[in-house]
Amino acid sequence: MTALVLLDAEDGTIPQTSRSAIAAAASLGDIDVLVTGGPDTIAAAAASAAKIPGIRKVRTASGEAFAHGLAEPLAALLVALAPDYDHIVAAATAIGKSTLPRAAALLDVQVIPDVMEIRDSQTFVRPVFAGNVLVTLRSSDAKKLLTIRTASFDPVAAEGGAAPIEALTPPDGQQKSRFVSAEHSSTERPQLEAARVIVSGGRGLQSAEGFKILEPLADRLGAAIGASRVAVDSGFVPNDYQVGQTGKIVAPDLYIACGISGAIQHLAGMKDSKVIVAINKDEEAPIFQVADYGLVGDLFQIVPALTAALG
Amino acid sequence: MKILVPIKRVVDYNVKVRVRRDGGGVETAGVKMSMNPFDEIAVEEALRLREKGVASEILTVSIGVPQAADTLRTALAMGADRAILVQSEESPEPLAVAKILKILVDREKPDLVILGKQAIDDDMNATGQMLAGLLDWPQATFASRVEKTADGLAVTREVDGGSETLALALPAIVTADLRLNEPRYAALPNIMKARKKPLETIAATDLGIDLTRRLAILSMAEPPARKAGIKVGSVAELVEKLRNEAKVI
Ligand SMILES: Cc1cc2nc3c(=O)[nH]c(=O)nc-3n(C[C@H](O)[C@H](O)[C@H](O)COP(=O)(O)OP(=O)(O)OC[C@H]3O[C@@H](n4cnc5c(N)ncnc54)[C@H](O)[C@@H]3O)c2cc1C
Ligand SMILES: Cc1cc2nc3c(=O)[nH]c(=O)nc-3n(C[C@H](O)[C@H](O)[C@H](O)COP(=O)(O)OP(=O)(O)OC[C@H]3O[C@@H](n4cnc5c(N)ncnc54)[C@H](O)[C@@H]3O)c2cc1C
Repeated sequence: MTALVLLDAEDGTIPQTSRSAIAAAASLGDIDVLVTGGPDTIAAAAASAAKIPGIRKVRTASGEAFAHGLAEPLAALLVALAPDYDHIVAAATAIGKSTLPRAAALLDVQVIPDVMEIRDSQTFVRPVFAGNVLVTLRSSDAKKLLTIRTASFDPVAAEGGAAPIEALTPPDGQQKSRFVSAEHSSTERPQLEAARVIVSGGRGLQSAEGFKILEPLADRLGAAIGASRVAVDSGFVPNDYQVGQTGKIVAPDLYIACGISGAIQHLAGMKDSKVIVAINKDEEAPIFQVADYGLVGDLFQIVPALTAALG
Repeated sequence: MKILVPIKRVVDYNVKVRVRRDGGGVETAGVKMSMNPFDEIAVEEALRLREKGVASEILTVSIGVPQAADTLRTALAMGADRAILVQSEESPEPLAVAKILKILVDREKPDLVILGKQAIDDDMNATGQMLAGLLDWPQATFASRVEKTADGLAVTREVDGGSETLALALPAIVTADLRLNEPRYAALPNIMKARKKPLETIAATDLGIDLTRRLAILSMAEPPARKAGIKVGSVAELVEKLRNEAKVI
């Protein structure tokens, strides 16, 4: 058996999420990876991919059509490569989630999203109902297309391999939507999906100004900052901070929830964290039902005190 | 412009579902059902495009059990013009749903299809992308802003590192994310009026599509529950526990 893993390499680097997808595919036989991007990033991306251990070969496709991870040309490329593979795998990131279902439809395959566990080559476990139910599925499709819930798989190493690189000639005429612009929230902090510690805030932070109280604590812990939907909807922080059923799924060693009530939809994104700390002034808040350590009180006093206590 | 909005009837987002004793599915008897929240957002966006004079007709469709007609009536009460119920014994998989929607698109020729980004029961996040593939149309998933331009649409999308804007020629597929808009409630007089709006019923089996599932459910289970821990009395105690007991800092 052979699997192809689509990597998110548009900026010239291979993110941890893609290395988790490779780890998930490890039980599916030989692994090739597909690296795509614009003409100016592809060489760096391919070189990084080649260093990942356990890869049979790195296949690359570059061109303006691939510079921004648009689903239409990527799906067409996956369809063109599909005859060589039994499984096509990607991390369940914005690009993976947009591209694999499209490619699957073109191959007449039912895509299997958000896989948490691979039992065997055709049997997969995935969450439904905001993670309140885990369903074990067996696919009867000849080919399987999966996206991977990256929080469920430890990433493979970034270095140690030396895979050969093969440049592909992609099918043309597949550019349907056109990239106009991007607004990336700039941060020096670790990515949410890769962070060992996450400090997360909700409605209790009250405002964008109030939310800043989490920054010194995150700095002190080398943490990423996350948020509830309410904090994002209220404009305290950008959309990509949202953790939950419909945001990012995370499983850090330590998750500190501040002023977050613990709605089902929020828990869906963080309840696999190793240790959960909840800081909330309402001792009845549901977040305390999943927290290892709860501290009842006003976060505007507790958070600065905690930052200070960590020295 | 004509807009098609597919909507799904799902277990209400406030319900914490339970797996049936036999592990063959989830308890649905007596459980509150509602329109998938992302589909309310999709309907709302279509209504706003009509209010701006961009859209002229809004057609909504649901594939599922006869009670999905109630969900369609809700969309009609919000302001959709017309509804189609494609009746089947249960909700088919996204691939089959996309194939059914393709037949309706071929028949109704909408310029735009707005779907929810995901249904909150199965969380597949797939149907819109699959339909776009089958139709060979451009797609913009996870939309937080949709604007008509001279030659199509400008759609802002929520992506991993922030947001990005794409230009799409019509016809196109858009899937709605949470922050696209805040859906309106259907006012009582509109609920009455909606009863008179046209609702056509088609049998899924009459469409000549193979609805056989590709994914067989072997088992359903609730994940191991996380046990509640302890409440600490002070910041100092918290730091001590994190250092010496949990050893995470
Ligand atoms: C379709 C759908 C999808 C959704 N997806 C997501 C998702 O992906 N992620 C997500 O997070 N939510 C999601 N939600 C929303 C979710 O249902 C909740 O509304 C949301 O998580 C609540 O956010 P919150 O905890 O910040 O706010 P609230 O529930 O209002 O809780 C605020 C908490 O802060 C505490 N507090 C207030 N002031 C202080 C203070 N000074 N000190 C200490 N504590 C204080 C309060 O006691 C309260 O517990 C979704 C909802 C729907 C319908
Ligand atoms: C209680 C329950 C029991 C199930 N039992 C089985 C079973 O026994 N065997 C099995 O194989 N599978 C079963 N399934 C799986 C299920 O039938 C489908 O696979 C699943 O509903 C489709 O995924 P989704 O709705 O999450 O799609 P998504 O791709 O997340 O939906 C995205 C969008 O597509 C549109 N859409 C999706 N479905 C419809 C629809 N029906 N009508 C109109 N628009 C739609 C909406 O705009 C929606 O927002 C079950 C699911 C549930 C919830």
